[in-house]
Amino acid sequence: MKGMTIIVKKTAQLIAGMIFMYGIYVIVHGHLTPGGGFAGGVIMAGSLILVILSHGTDFFSLVKEEMGTTIVESAATICVILIATAGFLFGTKVFFNNFLPKGNVGDLVSAGVLPLYNIFVGIEVAASVFIIFLSLIIFKEESPK
Amino acid sequence: MEVAISIITGLMILGALFAIHAKDLLSAVIACGIVGYGLVICFLLLKAPDLAIVQIVVDTITLIMMVAVVLDSSREESFSRLDTFGKIAAATGLIIIVVLFYFFIIASSNLDVLGKSSLRMANAYIHGAAQKTGSANLVTGVVFDFRGYDTMGEAVVLVTAVLGVLTILRLKGKK
Repeated sequence: MKGMTIIVKKTAQLIAGMIFMYGIYVIVHGHLTPGGGFAGGVIMAGSLILVILSHGTDFFSLVKEEMGTTIVESAATICVILIATAGFLFGTKVFFNNFLPKGNVGDLVSAGVLPLYNIFVGIEVAASVFIIFLSLIIFKEESPK
Repeated sequence: MEVAISIITGLMILGALFAIHAKDLLSAVIACGIVGYGLVICFLLLKAPDLAIVQIVVDTITLIMMVAVVLDSSREESFSRLDTFGKIAAATGLIIIVVLFYFFIIASSNLDVLGKSSLRMANAYIHGAAQKTGSANLVTGVVFDFRGYDTMGEAVVLVTAVLGVLTILRLKGKK
């Protein structure tokens, strides 16, 4: 797949970083404002997809990117389950126990472990959507003409 | 509000019908976008901004992927005439639609007004969740604390979907 014109490339370079930062904002503020891990993760994946669609596939080594993204996704999923299992060690012995101190309602650092769940689910969703896009592109590149 | 939602739902049905019958596949994909973005406006009117954000982002990315696929393959829809089996299938579908509408009319007379129902669990969530979870956003409190198993299931479903895609779309084996 070839890249697009230089206008599209420069605009994508300017915007992609800001979209990525907005995704991180939506994830980190997930327990205060609407949004959260799922929405922010898809926004982060959207910025990566924008870069690849505008610059074409010769710019990156896609198979290497896919390997790294697979590892990140699996690690994030394991982290979610490990945090949930850590609830067995503190206080009431239940799965998904909110064992950290709650803090003031409305602060950025509050709500116990909920922001941690948001962050790891966001990483996992971003990696998943990006892997699906990458594997579609690699399938097209590898398929015989 | 119900009038606005009814109008938007009608537009969504028209878009879906056009997507089935369009000759150009690119315009069919764009017509599918009407369904998704109409659903976004419905979510905003029903005061569900979390769902609206997720729906608008996922719908945009799905539309981008579909447009890329259509531009890469053929844009022509291949129509075929109805044979005997197709007529039987169409008749069965019509009968099922009539039966479903009959039971829908019976059930809708027993439902509460849209947005006015007050369930026991919903009341407990609305009045006690902020103190119990410490989260100002009620949806995150419910999704990650009270309904943690559901969220973990969603994450695992996504991982399974990615595994399926990676298994199917692989021409050369990994060394």
